[in-house]
Amino acid sequence: MSSTGDPRTQTAAPKEGFRLSMLLYDQRYRSITIQIVFLFALMLGIAWLVDNTINNLRALGKDFSFAFLNTPAGYDINQRPIEYNSQMTHGRAALVGLLNTAILAVMACALATVLGVVAGVLRLSKNWIVARLMSVYVELFRNIPTLVWIIIFGAIMTESMPAPSAFRGDTPSANMLFNDSVAITNRGVYIPSIQFANDLGTLPLGVVAPSLNWILLLAALIAGVFANKAILKHATAVQNATGIRPKTWWKSLAVLVGPIIVLFVAFGAFLEYPELGGFNFADGTHLRNSLIAMWLGLGIYTGAFVAEIVRSGILAISKGQSEAAFALGLQPGKTMRLVILPQALRVIVPPLISQYLNITKNTSLGLAVGYMDLRSTLGGITINQTGRELEGMLLMMLVYLVVSLGISGAMNIYNNRIMLKER
Amino acid sequence: MKKTVLYGTLAASALLAGAAGAQTLEAVQSNGELSCGVSTGLAGFSAPDANGVWQGFDVAVCRAVAAAVLGDPMAVSFVSTTGQTRFSALASGEIDMLSRNTTWTLSRDVDLGNTFAGINYYDGQGFMVNRELGVGSAMELSGATVCIQTGTTTELNLADFFRVNGMEYEPVPIETNAEAQQQYLAGACDVYTTDASGLAATRASFPEPGNHAILPEIISKEPLGPAVRQGDDQWADIVRWTLNALIAAEELGVTSANIEELAAGTDNPEINRLLGSEGDLGGMLGLDSDWAVRAISAAGNYGEIFASTIGEQTPIGLARGLNAQWTQGGLLYAPPFR
Amino acid sequence: MSDTHANTVSYVRDSMLPEQEPPLKERGAMKWLRENLFSGWLNTALTLLSIFVIWFIIIEVGPWLMNTVWNAGSLRECREILDGTSGACFAVIKDRWHQLMFGFYPQDMYWRPVLAFVLMLVAVAPILFAELPRKMLYFSGLFPFIGYHLLWGGSIWLPIAALMGFVAGYIAFRLLDRMSSLISTLGAVAAALVWWFVLAAPFNAVLSSALPVGLPFVRSDAFGGFLVSLVIGVSGISLSLPLGILLALGRQSEMIFVKTVCVVFIEFIRGVPLITLLFTASLLLNYFLPPGTSFDLILRVIIMVTLFATAYMAEVIRGGLAALPKGQYEAADALGLDYWKAQRLIIMPQALKISIPGIVNTFIGLFKDTTLVVFIGLLDPIGLSNAIRADTNWNGIYWELFIFIGALFFIFCFSMSRYSQYLERKLKTDHR
Repeated sequence: MSSTGDPRTQTAAPKEGFRLSMLLYDQRYRSITIQIVFLFALMLGIAWLVDNTINNLRALGKDFSFAFLNTPAGYDINQRPIEYNSQMTHGRAALVGLLNTAILAVMACALATVLGVVAGVLRLSKNWIVARLMSVYVELFRNIPTLVWIIIFGAIMTESMPAPSAFRGDTPSANMLFNDSVAITNRGVYIPSIQFANDLGTLPLGVVAPSLNWILLLAALIAGVFANKAILKHATAVQNATGIRPKTWWKSLAVLVGPIIVLFVAFGAFLEYPELGGFNFADGTHLRNSLIAMWLGLGIYTGAFVAEIVRSGILAISKGQSEAAFALGLQPGKTMRLVILPQALRVIVPPLISQYLNITKNTSLGLAVGYMDLRSTLGGITINQTGRELEGMLLMMLVYLVVSLGISGAMNIYNNRIMLKER
Repeated sequence: MKKTVLYGTLAASALLAGAAGAQTLEAVQSNGELSCGVSTGLAGFSAPDANGVWQGFDVAVCRAVAAAVLGDPMAVSFVSTTGQTRFSALASGEIDMLSRNTTWTLSRDVDLGNTFAGINYYDGQGFMVNRELGVGSAMELSGATVCIQTGTTTELNLADFFRVNGMEYEPVPIETNAEAQQQYLAGACDVYTTDASGLAATRASFPEPGNHAILPEIISKEPLGPAVRQGDDQWADIVRWTLNALIAAEELGVTSANIEELAAGTDNPEINRLLGSEGDLGGMLGLDSDWAVRAISAAGNYGEIFASTIGEQTPIGLARGLNAQWTQGGLLYAPPFR
Repeated sequence: MSDTHANTVSYVRDSMLPEQEPPLKERGAMKWLRENLFSGWLNTALTLLSIFVIWFIIIEVGPWLMNTVWNAGSLRECREILDGTSGACFAVIKDRWHQLMFGFYPQDMYWRPVLAFVLMLVAVAPILFAELPRKMLYFSGLFPFIGYHLLWGGSIWLPIAALMGFVAGYIAFRLLDRMSSLISTLGAVAAALVWWFVLAAPFNAVLSSALPVGLPFVRSDAFGGFLVSLVIGVSGISLSLPLGILLALGRQSEMIFVKTVCVVFIEFIRGVPLITLLFTASLLLNYFLPPGTSFDLILRVIIMVTLFATAYMAEVIRGGLAALPKGQYEAADALGLDYWKAQRLIIMPQALKISIPGIVNTFIGLFKDTTLVVFIGLLDPIGLSNAIRADTNWNGIYWELFIFIGALFFIFCFSMSRYSQYLERKLKTDHR
């Protein structure tokens, strides 16, 4: 050390009493000093920003209030998962947007997972041509921005699909697929929708009013899953006791599918086919171009990342594991299912969560193809019609933040459950 | 203290675009440039030509203001704004004035913190359809797919129109006029709706304009005009009276051809006051006495601008209609220069 | 051999049989085909499916690509030349490639962004390839100023004045280095700030008027196409590196308050979509600044993109820090180095080296995300493709434009990801 001496060695006698210089030189106090200075600087910075904002708002004659959420929105939204019309409030419009975001996110996550797992496994396949094809898919989609893909899919849908009028006439230039049940047009895809002859009405839950029929179906499905679990548990108990596992597949099938079929029959469910009427197809379910472009764009793009995650997850399991499984006499399928995948999942799940988060955040690109998600309703039209940029953006960021933290929290819990319990 | 520090940084960054705030006039003059918000491209109203020079009806207002304030009609930097970003760009000081076929409404004037400087085009919302559909009236559009630009009043008018008439429709929200044009031409929507002038401008740029019909219904009043930030009355006055000068010049017969001669002094005291050879109207605005001469010389009076950008001789082919002088049965009525 | 042997066994061959060819199924192409493509019914089905997909793509795309038209003024002209046959119309690229690359940058000055790009490659090379002479790092340090001047132009004294701030900071750091590294760091920051805020403006003003040299000034609105993507991506990533280091250190800090702030910042940025930050840049940033300040939109975007990248960068560097063996920290402590010296001399050089693949991956992500600026009105390649498609001449064209844009992004991102994979492999062997 230099001649000035190391302060730490010199302040060896703590009983000497407190000196001001100790705030800077004594390690015990220095961190507190630094934190206090930091705190002050931060507060000052925040105060400066807030002060500027207040001044700017005042200069513009605006105030800071969320009252605009209760005023009539005045605009229409094409994709409405819940009841909505232009006379309802901006808050309601934001909720519609949020639900649209959720629908898209779930659809895209499902597509990405399916594609990713298939492509990731096939990329490791010994089949040369399949592995190469999957590499091309992964590299092509991974290295081109998702926005470009979304716009490409949007352009394909609008530019190269037939207009509804092409389906008209005696010799139409375009035909519906699958026995007149699916129509692919440049305004979206029309598919048959499930309708119920015996409508039980809706369940009023304040802001949303879901159909009772669907709630009952969902309840039947959940009950079926739990019943199936009980059956399997019982089968395992029998197996442990007697060594013979009873055949359960028909029981599982019965509890899983049975109640749903019964309910469908009881409700008088039927398929409503899309039909050409007026300017557009009527009836059936309309999957709009915007939804399809976003779904394919996000799903296929993220699928390429998921494929890489799955591949590296499988590669991370040492070869000894599969060799040991083969030595035990397990077949390749069982080896994969019982030995490799459960271990690979531990490697796969954390990055998969962040891909799901990415999808959720990327749904905000919806405006590129006119998808009415939260960004387009609350963060787009509402902000523009009311001029509440500050409030609208803050609210939107908050919603995304809550959703992101919620997803990562839920997935972390799952992750902790499948984590290897080592100690 | 903090502000000087910050200004220091900004000056050093050399990316300082221009100061906003109450003293817009001084800021514009010290920058030597007027920052004017226009649309992202609407033929006839504002669009860059082959050389990248902005041309059009809305652009001419910017040029006139630049000529009045800075003496150079070309000293304008054009900022293209979408329907969504225009008011924010104005409020944030990114632009000094907005001249972008913007409808004057109460909430925009009062609640959004803008001041409208007048009306340079009286418009109304219309519908354009492909003739193949065989639609003759907007009342036959029930069930149609309609392309709209988001962030505009047309979105609200459309919702009202269909609701009041008990019709269904499928809105396709689109960000820019260019994309809307794409979607409409590809047949992704049956109807395109926006201001009638915008429809005419858009149709003019189609490969075969004759295949598309603009329906007779005009479903709203759309007074379009330039807007400035609220709270700087001097600047609002300058923009307002520059626009008025263009309108008054047409009424008084002052054109870009004869303005040199008239500026020297005439028998008509109103022309003299307008052109600064009598009185000091320019001084009241904080400008010199030749301000109106420069504004009118930039691209001519209102009628000349109209004729050269969107008039019947141009591909856009709009008739004067409501936008004729009050003496001709129109609505243009400039307050007296006195 | 002994005689007994021959007696116990009836027959022993005393010569080797000549080697035989393996059966047809087990050799050459047949074997390869059987093992790789047709080893089971599932594999065979997959192979056939893949062959069908490839065949379909070739049949669909092949003639279209082969029939490319390169010379036409509009889509209609193109279609007339093609005369009903299927064919690509890459004439649109020939017509507009300069816009897709440079936006509205003055045509006679295209050499400036090109030169800046080449110099950028030179500046980045020593960071990416350890084999190159370390002296080149000095050029890397100078490049931001050279690049700025090449792209925007204006007075040459401006970047020099900015550079001098760093020089002032360095001198102060050297002078105060003996005292304590905290003081010297603070002193360096103070000296640099004093220079920038107090002395730089007059220095710049005096020299600019006395000796006005420099390239002609180009406004930011002229920037467009891939130029915008690169400028935003490169400046975002290089500015976020130092901030990311600070943030990563803050997150690892034992000071609870500093740590909390860093964690909140990182989680906030990572929790919201980039687009909301870009909208903040375009709509809200002016609310937060004193009345009357107004930046260039590109500068505002760079600020927000930097903040965005900083959070991701901090996580990458935190990974690098975590990967360092604890012994390194303890050894630095044992040498009596204080915190900043230990970071500067021992920890960071190693942690950063491990983090380079992660940094490159962050850059790839950021570069792809620059396409989002189209939402706030900047004319990046996608924005320009919309403008071109709206032009009467090219109305209705899309494949050709997207293939061009996609191919350029692909070349960039693919080569960078290959580099980061190469580096990962190299680093792996280093550790074993």
